[in-house]
Amino acid sequence: MMLIDPHAHMISRTTDDYEAMAAAGIVALIEPAFWIGQPRTNVGSYLDYLSHIVGFERFRAGHFGIRHYCTIGLNSKEANNEELAEGVMELIPRFALKEGVVAIGEIGYDEQTALEDKYFRLQLELAKKLDLPVMIHTPHRDKKRGTSRSMDVCDEHGLAPSKVVVDHNNEETVRETLERGYWAAFSIYPSTKMGNERMVEILRQFGARQVIVDSACDWGISEPLGVAKTAKLALQKGIPQAEVDLACYRNALEAYGQSGQMKESDWLNPPAIDQRNLYEGNSILRGGREPKIEDAKQPRRSMDDLIIK
Amino acid sequence: MSKAARQLLRGWLGRQLDDAQRAWLDEQLMNLEENPSDGTLAIALGMAPRRLGKADLALEPADYAAADAALKGWDPHGWSAADAARVLMLTEPSLSNGFAHRFRKLCSTADVAELVALYRGLPLYPEPASLEPQVGEGLRSNMRSVFEAIAHRNPYPRAHFDDHRWNHMVLKALFVGAPLAPIAGLDERANPELARILCDFAHERWAAGRPVPAELWRCVGRFAEGGAIDDLSRALTSENAEERRAATAALAASPDPRAAQLLATTPRSP
Ligand SMILES: [Zn+2]
Repeated sequence: MMLIDPHAHMISRTTDDYEAMAAAGIVALIEPAFWIGQPRTNVGSYLDYLSHIVGFERFRAGHFGIRHYCTIGLNSKEANNEELAEGVMELIPRFALKEGVVAIGEIGYDEQTALEDKYFRLQLELAKKLDLPVMIHTPHRDKKRGTSRSMDVCDEHGLAPSKVVVDHNNEETVRETLERGYWAAFSIYPSTKMGNERMVEILRQFGARQVIVDSACDWGISEPLGVAKTAKLALQKGIPQAEVDLACYRNALEAYGQSGQMKESDWLNPPAIDQRNLYEGNSILRGGREPKIEDAKQPRRSMDDLIIK
Repeated sequence: MSKAARQLLRGWLGRQLDDAQRAWLDEQLMNLEENPSDGTLAIALGMAPRRLGKADLALEPADYAAADAALKGWDPHGWSAADAARVLMLTEPSLSNGFAHRFRKLCSTADVAELVALYRGLPLYPEPASLEPQVGEGLRSNMRSVFEAIAHRNPYPRAHFDDHRWNHMVLKALFVGAPLAPIAGLDERANPELARILCDFAHERWAAGRPVPAELWRCVGRFAEGGAIDDLSRALTSENAEERRAATAALAASPDPRAAQLLATTPRSP
């Protein structure tokens, strides 16, 4: 089964994670621009970060047979540093049209301040102008209100809900997000966001029509196999395969594919120029073995593997 | 800057693009001529693969000959249509003032395919010597396609690198698994220091129990004397036929009389 992880901060992850994800069936992933665990102090480090996720990280993922895409944006936390924010806003149009950029994101609210609101709105306008989808990061604190407000602002700016993915949903926000016609994404992130058993219950209750599952794995204690483990658990618990396929593969492709930068043929039949530059192909798609989470769970580092080759 | 090379690029693209694509490209070039700003250029470069697709440039043997005639050593094998369009944009004469600064800035925000195009265009740019520091940055890239955009089929290194940078480019090619044969000027720019570095590298590989890339000996031959003859003698006994052939060729090029003796006493490699 082919899987997509449409929210993964791979810049913080190791090669072991890439190997494990590829072995578990991930064929493509999306790296949203976000903050890196501590605030950046100048626009130059933001430039290098954006350049890293459109360039080197893409190349790195290609080594593991995974197609890498990204989103470009000013995150809500750093929107509160006005000097930095102004500089980053000048960078965003320079990066938003790079190859493999599938959305403006992740943008939205953190503490719901006036500055966050200002830059959220400016970026929604930019997304409209560039005809790109939007990935919304909903706040951890005051989540229900912050999620509603994010969609209110999108409506106000005239964005089509079908081009907006509202991420980090939970049981409290899912109904409204779906009813308003937005894509509802869920981050399978241990302890803080969503667990995969809860996720399966949501799939059972609401179906998968507008639902997207991601891992949001980053520099914290998180799970790069979040999508693969959710898919497996959902199948075990009797969710139909077609529904699992929607939530863990097809909906992400449809939502972010609206950018024109992400197509199934990118991994099924990559063009020659891409094979030369950044992606030799996926060994499983090339006729290798069936993807397995068990393989990925093998301990990657052990003192028993004494010989280093 | 080569006017003839630009004309070739334009002709090749004109042949391959459909009417709408050709019109789009002409419009971008006209915009750049009238308003050579960073913004206009960034958008034109960014949109190129979206508008023109990702197909390879369809070239005939006569086109490669024309390329070489326009610009000695220029070999557009492996160029995409988007590469050609991007280089055509970058070489718009209105952009030639302060080109080195512009080039550096573009490299700092480029995606992988853009970097490849930016570096492939090197032989066509104005004041090429002023680009050398940024080309050094490109060579340090870990992305093999970016490295190869500079090192392979590109006359720029032969014309502008000093021996030190040249030698490190050859050595890095071996480290990243890029073949040496497509490096323009590989034989011409061989030098005694490179031969020494490569023999040392062969010793490292032997010590680690790893295979020695056969192509390496091609840069050693002309300067092989003394210890290098012992190295070639060892390479002659390799299990790899390609390496034995490479060592034979290197010995034939060596000025050391021991090389000739060695060749005379070694059974001919199949
Ligand atoms: Zn995130």
